[in-house]
Amino acid sequence: MIAVFLTAVVQLLLLLTVAPLVGGLIKTLKARLQIRRGPGILQPYRDLLKLFRKGMVLPGTASWVFTATPYVVFAATAIAGLMIPMISAKAPLGLFGGVLAVVYLLGLGRFFLALAGLDTGSSFGGLGSSREMTIAALAEPAMMLAVFTVAIGANSTSLSEIAKVATSTTWHFLAPAQMLAFAAMFLVLIAETGRIPVDNPATHLELTMIHEAMILEYSGPYLGLIEWGASIKQLLLMTLLINAFLPFGLQSKWSLGGVLVSLAYLLLKLLVLAVSIVLVETTNAKMRFFRVPDLLAMAFTLAALGLVSTFLF
Amino acid sequence: MGSPDPFLAAGLASFFLGAVSGLATWKRPATARIVAFAFAVLGSLLLAVASCLALARPSSATWSLPLVTLFQCTVRLDPLSAWFTLTLAILALAVSVYSFGYLRPLERTRNLGALGFFYNALLLGLALVFTAANAFFFLSAWEVMAVSAFCLVAFEHEKAETRSAAVVYLIMSHAGTVMMLAAFLLLAAFAGSTDFASFHLLASKLPPGEQGAVFLLFFAGFGVKAGIVPLHIWLPDAHPVAPSNVSALMSGIVIKCGIYGMARVFFDFFGPPPLWTGTVVLAVGVVTALVGVLYALQEHDLKRLLAYHSIENIGIIVMGFGAALMFRTLGHLNLAAMAIIGALYHTVNHAIFKGLLFLAAGSVVQSVRTRNMEEMGGLIRRMPGTALFFLVGAIAISGLPPLNGFVSEWLTYQALLAGFGTTHSLTRMMFPIAGALLALTAALAAACFVKAFGIPFLALPRSEAAANARETAPEMQYAMALLAAACFVLGLGATWILPVFDPITQQALGVQVSQSLVAHGFALQAGTAQSGTVSPAGIALVFLALVGTAAFLVNRRLRRARVATGPAWDCGLPGLTSDNEYTATAFSKPLRLIFSAFYRPNREIRPEYDVSPYYPSAIRFESGIEPTFEKHIYGPLKDWVFGLSRRMRAIQAGSIHAYLAYIFVTLIVLLLFGVRE
Repeated sequence: MIAVFLTAVVQLLLLLTVAPLVGGLIKTLKARLQIRRGPGILQPYRDLLKLFRKGMVLPGTASWVFTATPYVVFAATAIAGLMIPMISAKAPLGLFGGVLAVVYLLGLGRFFLALAGLDTGSSFGGLGSSREMTIAALAEPAMMLAVFTVAIGANSTSLSEIAKVATSTTWHFLAPAQMLAFAAMFLVLIAETGRIPVDNPATHLELTMIHEAMILEYSGPYLGLIEWGASIKQLLLMTLLINAFLPFGLQSKWSLGGVLVSLAYLLLKLLVLAVSIVLVETTNAKMRFFRVPDLLAMAFTLAALGLVSTFLF
Repeated sequence: MGSPDPFLAAGLASFFLGAVSGLATWKRPATARIVAFAFAVLGSLLLAVASCLALARPSSATWSLPLVTLFQCTVRLDPLSAWFTLTLAILALAVSVYSFGYLRPLERTRNLGALGFFYNALLLGLALVFTAANAFFFLSAWEVMAVSAFCLVAFEHEKAETRSAAVVYLIMSHAGTVMMLAAFLLLAAFAGSTDFASFHLLASKLPPGEQGAVFLLFFAGFGVKAGIVPLHIWLPDAHPVAPSNVSALMSGIVIKCGIYGMARVFFDFFGPPPLWTGTVVLAVGVVTALVGVLYALQEHDLKRLLAYHSIENIGIIVMGFGAALMFRTLGHLNLAAMAIIGALYHTVNHAIFKGLLFLAAGSVVQSVRTRNMEEMGGLIRRMPGTALFFLVGAIAISGLPPLNGFVSEWLTYQALLAGFGTTHSLTRMMFPIAGALLALTAALAAACFVKAFGIPFLALPRSEAAANARETAPEMQYAMALLAAACFVLGLGATWILPVFDPITQQALGVQVSQSLVAHGFALQAGTAQSGTVSPAGIALVFLALVGTAAFLVNRRLRRARVATGPAWDCGLPGLTSDNEYTATAFSKPLRLIFSAFYRPNREIRPEYDVSPYYPSAIRFESGIEPTFEKHIYGPLKDWVFGLSRRMRAIQAGSIHAYLAYIFVTLIVLLLFGVRE
């Protein structure tokens, strides 16, 4: 009981501290690739610090839903983060939920964000909500099917169990099913974290906004909570991808040495994943909104092929 | 033949008295409102007690009602019946309490005595459908239910829309009854009895052809009532036009008669059925869920939207049944039990949150006097209670944790996932694909309920009526609070409720699995601890802790910071008005375009000009989707039926000699058949 509590606190602190770093890393790498200097890896921390120090302006049209949303988003994302194996194959809150709960908790956060977008009464909020819910709805089946491929392989939806099976010697990383599901999951990751070619996190260009349009009216600490939540979600999905498909180096015990080894591996793998995200972002142009379904349909097809391939191999 | 169950008997009697009191107060609406619905409340409470006792002490004793008829009026409260009766009791209790407040403004204009009569008759019919233990008595109760529901749907019969919806409902309902009757007759001929007890596992002993026929007749017959695609078209018309308290009953429990019938047939009358039956049921479930939610997304009539979501949820329940049928045939009884539990849990969950949503929608419609979402807006300020309860229902129906919808969808997912390992044929691909499409359905439902809550309740009022809306009567709030609380209890307390299913799965499959579905007392698990766990209560606890901490820290900071209220960004126009807001039509537009192959949307833009052809003085915009099922299936069917009846007019000469000749010929033919036997 106390052990669970301690591990949860450790992982929570890790989530809270590492999440902005990943965002900063991606931004800096992208700038370098485009021969710019970039704001520096630590910029997201400075942004958050600034936001939490500032006052804020609430839109007069908004109700309590607008006020509640930052907390709901933050808490739901953080709980989901505690359900995935990060620095140990045993997730702290693994008993409270597996991969289905993670997907649905992220859904809860999104549900409230979309409501808050509508709550402001401005056109942009509604526009962002509508697009966000559309993309999420189309990404969900692809994500689930990719997740199912892994879950069926491990015979479990518990992420700890998946990681445990995946770190054992009988697991085939290079099985076609795994690779296809990985590819599908990568596409979903791009869509869910609002990256190019689906959404551009760097722009406030009115007509192309999705996520930014929804949270346009937020400021100060509330914006800080939402931004923090979004970066935790990004870290969470990246970690999920890493530790469900490529869990090597993940230690199964919560011991100081084990945690440090796992952490080193995690950071290394996050770096590799961040580089690939940056490559995708730099080499692609943002898609028209109505081309995004094609991308997600591709992800769904890849995942379905992955499942079919279990018959062949 | 056991002795009568006192609580069940008293509950039935209470509904009967309620109906009688409705007749007695035909001319006194104020009295009718109190007396008839007080009997309904009493009856619901008694039924709740009876069904709880029956679930605690399972028995399958039958006893006869003291009615003089051609057949035995036997009643039985076995675990499956008790589960549905309990669902009925909870929902009917809330709806009857709601009715006290909801009907008060109608006292002057409406015949509430008639409403009370049909309302109690509907509850009586429902209770008897769930408990009847004899095929003919079941069908009679079914007709009482169907006809009183028809009268309630047609309650506001001065509107043409209502009349046509009610007639379509009545026709389709009876088409369904015919199929059920045929199936029951086939079974009864084989059993030599019409008692349900004699049907137990009997259908599987029929020859394969008849077995398939009986199965499909039952599935289609009950499917009409449940609203499976493509037999659903009556549902989105009939549910919204009824008074809102009746809509809640219709969507919450009346369509569950179809689900009850399926459960009774699939898992009581049938033994392990042929594998194709399960695959058909699973596929129909998936299609029903998707079609329901896709139509709901394009619907801007608040109550019609909810009605389409009933179709979606029926699809989810039927998916569970399909998976259970397949598992049973493949010999995985524990998995079959998990799938049944998922389906039955979703049945009660849907009754609760859909009832809640319809009651909240009724409260909104009563206050704003329109069902069109585009004319609402900003109601969260004027109707805070209704808004909160609608939000709880919206979260629950979207399957988001930690409320009840999440629990039953989780169980269904787990059953589908485990299904992949039950067979090595290509059939196993059905399970993960069905799971992925369930995920699509759930995500689309969430999108739809962002719209259904966001557009009517948030931002600025879009009409005069919405700006002047008032919160509705306290009785209505109590009723909604009761159902909202039930959403929490069924979600957070799921692990304590699961043992209730043991007698049901024991009766249906001979296994008890609640032990294997609970881990450490507060978490659900899928068969074993290794195969996945979830704890809604645990999630809620951690969620509260995190929100509390974050709120504490942020508020401490905000005390020293400046928090101002300002206008939202209005794109530089002078002031934000409701014209700037995103509409429901606009919200669902991306999905309308993405799924245009399904919707076949049409739109018309007609500018009107005064002087210059460059500056239109007004622009008319119309947008719609093609009603595929009505146009391509039911339209031709209707034309065919009408054509046939026109041709049959030739033999209706109106001459008494011709009719005597018909009777004579019929008699001869029948005699010939009789002699041949």
